Amino acid sequence: MTAACGGQSDGQEAGDNKQVEIFSWWTGAGEEAGLNALIKLFEEKNSNIQVKNAAVAGGAGTNAKATLATRMQGDDPPDTFQVHGGSELNDSWVAAGKMEPLNDLYKEQGWMDKFPKELIDMVSKDGKIYSVPVNIHRGNVLWYNAKIFDENGIEPPASFDDFFKAAEKLKKKGITPLALGDKEPWGATHLLETVLLGKLGPEDYGKLWTGKLSFEDPKVKEALKTYKKMLTYTNKDHAARNWQDAAQMVAKGEAAMHVMGDWAKGYFTTDLKLKPGKDFGWTATPGTEGSFMVITDTFGLPKGAKNPKATQEWLRVLGSAEGQDVFNPLKGSIPARVDADVNKYDEYGKETIEQFRDAKLTPSLAHGSAAPEGFVTEADQAVNTFVTQGNVDRLAQTLKEKLEQAIQ
Amino acid sequence: MEPLRSAQKTDDRPVTSVRTRTGINDKWVGFFLLLPSLLAIAVFVYGFIGWTGYVSLSDWNSLLPRMNWVGLENYRALFQDFRFQSDLRNTLVFTLFFIAACLVTGLTLAVLLDRKLKGEHLFRNIFIFPMALSFIVTGVVWQWIFNPSTGVNLFLNKLGFEEPPVWYVDTRIIPGVEWGQIQFGIPLALIAVVIAAIWQMSGFTMAMYLAGLRAIPDEIREAARVDGAGEWQVFRKVILPLLRPITLSVMIIQGHISLKIFDLVVAMTGPGANFVTDVPGVYMFETTFRGNHYAQGAAIAILMLLMVSVLIIPYLVSSMRKEAD
Repeated sequence: MTAACGGQSDGQEAGDNKQVEIFSWWTGAGEEAGLNALIKLFEEKNSNIQVKNAAVAGGAGTNAKATLATRMQGDDPPDTFQVHGGSELNDSWVAAGKMEPLNDLYKEQGWMDKFPKELIDMVSKDGKIYSVPVNIHRGNVLWYNAKIFDENGIEPPASFDDFFKAAEKLKKKGITPLALGDKEPWGATHLLETVLLGKLGPEDYGKLWTGKLSFEDPKVKEALKTYKKMLTYTNKDHAARNWQDAAQMVAKGEAAMHVMGDWAKGYFTTDLKLKPGKDFGWTATPGTEGSFMVITDTFGLPKGAKNPKATQEWLRVLGSAEGQDVFNPLKGSIPARVDADVNKYDEYGKETIEQFRDAKLTPSLAHGSAAPEGFVTEADQAVNTFVTQGNVDRLAQTLKEKLEQAIQ
Repeated sequence: MEPLRSAQKTDDRPVTSVRTRTGINDKWVGFFLLLPSLLAIAVFVYGFIGWTGYVSLSDWNSLLPRMNWVGLENYRALFQDFRFQSDLRNTLVFTLFFIAACLVTGLTLAVLLDRKLKGEHLFRNIFIFPMALSFIVTGVVWQWIFNPSTGVNLFLNKLGFEEPPVWYVDTRIIPGVEWGQIQFGIPLALIAVVIAAIWQMSGFTMAMYLAGLRAIPDEIREAARVDGAGEWQVFRKVILPLLRPITLSVMIIQGHISLKIFDLVVAMTGPGANFVTDVPGVYMFETTFRGNHYAQGAAIAILMLLMVSVLIIPYLVSSMRKEAD
């Protein structure tokens, strides 16, 4: 009833709001199920609007992002698209003036106190809010093989000292202490960012991305040295593995620990049929208790979208507690809202929802939230050579120079 | 190569067909028939090459199309870049090994098949078959085969090798001379990739050589034998020189494949630790579409075009000259 405003064609470009095109890279098992559940819920509420699912598979979003860039530059945006909160949204599409602010929608729906303030800040620029977060993944999780830890009398390591003691013990027994998979270079960057967070703490970690704390600062170099030491406890064939292959080493008992975002939980439970808490355990990565490396998928409204009204309806469903509780249990993430129904989530989810409420939220570098995409690829390259060469000074210098170029 | 050759022929034709009035009409009809494809090529090939060249001289290195003229800055940065220097080394090593190995295996197989042995058809098809596959398939399969912990090494372990090679995960570069920012030499990891490429393309080389061998009349061999040449001498002094045009064609075709290689590397190894298996194509894709460094990506594209031109243009010139004769 809101949509059908007669046969008047207001411009050839504009649609009639009877359709909404949703662009994402959700094609994997759990995430596709989550998206379909959301679409079903949306269609129940808006029977007059047809959903066009424009998901692009492959490359952990790389292919989708390339397609999106082409469409945005050609002024043919989808009605709404998936984008990580933080730099990936703000320094690209918002900076280019291609997004509509959504402050009115937030006020109308009373969302201002339903999402954590730090999270709203991640999707805002200059006081304007540009997207709606649908889920939260935690990046700084250390997964371990519970059986190996039991047999060797190892407690989940809270500090780097604990970690290295445990690693030494395991190494002597012939078990790979830490599984790493950096065939896709972000695997190594992901581990690095958790070490930076653990050594520097959330505040200094945040200062890195604005240039207020230099990568050549002694504290940062100390963190890089710790990272280098951690790498000596990893599997030799890390360059042949992606993160799933590395996680599998922990599942099979070939390696004891693996640092990965909590999408790994879905892999352990759904793909490998492991029992959380019994077969595998988890803890925050060393030194990051109380911090929460946020990776959040959000959707916004691009300028020039053909069906803006229908898109707003979609965003309303996406931001509702009902929508988030339909999507997240299937995707294996937790809701971005603080008032979601805890009972719908598994053991890991419940614990993480608790921690998300009180934790300090920090943006992820490897997943595009902390710094512009251009810097992320350059950081990946610098880290890739560092993993082999181990030159701390060179890594610090490269990261400093490249960041200066990226944020100037 | 083929379109150019036929373009040349259409140039020749009017000279012979001007004889009649309808001939002149023919000329215009021909021109108008060709016009759409000429326009399409002008825009979509040469226009886009020009556009890429223009972008490569700008500072468009973010999502927003900023186009300030920066001259050769992107090229300068590339040549000082660790990754790009590694790419050039890898491309050189890959191309040399790939072409040499394809020529040797292809020629050997062709000579063996040329012995008119039984079931020749079957063998020929078996050897050519890998060529029908996509490089992506080849990459995935050989990635499994050379996986250091699950692949061929399982056999090597059973055979008693305690420390089998780690294949494409090896970060050693032999002899590893410091040069610019990189170590120059043969990255051992690349050998695994070269093997996969040879597996795919040597069948093609064999087919080319086989056709070449069949085209050599038996009388020539007979004549050489009558003159007292041994079989080896016949092969070296008679057959090989006659196969030279084939060798050249194979080198050009395989060379431009290896200079532009992308899919095999993406599927099999990715850029590799310390960029030991990275190639310009992969770098171009990642920096353009992941990092949004459009100008830098365009500069890599132009450099790749230049590399392929160095290989192809002399060949085109010589073959056109031959046709003119």
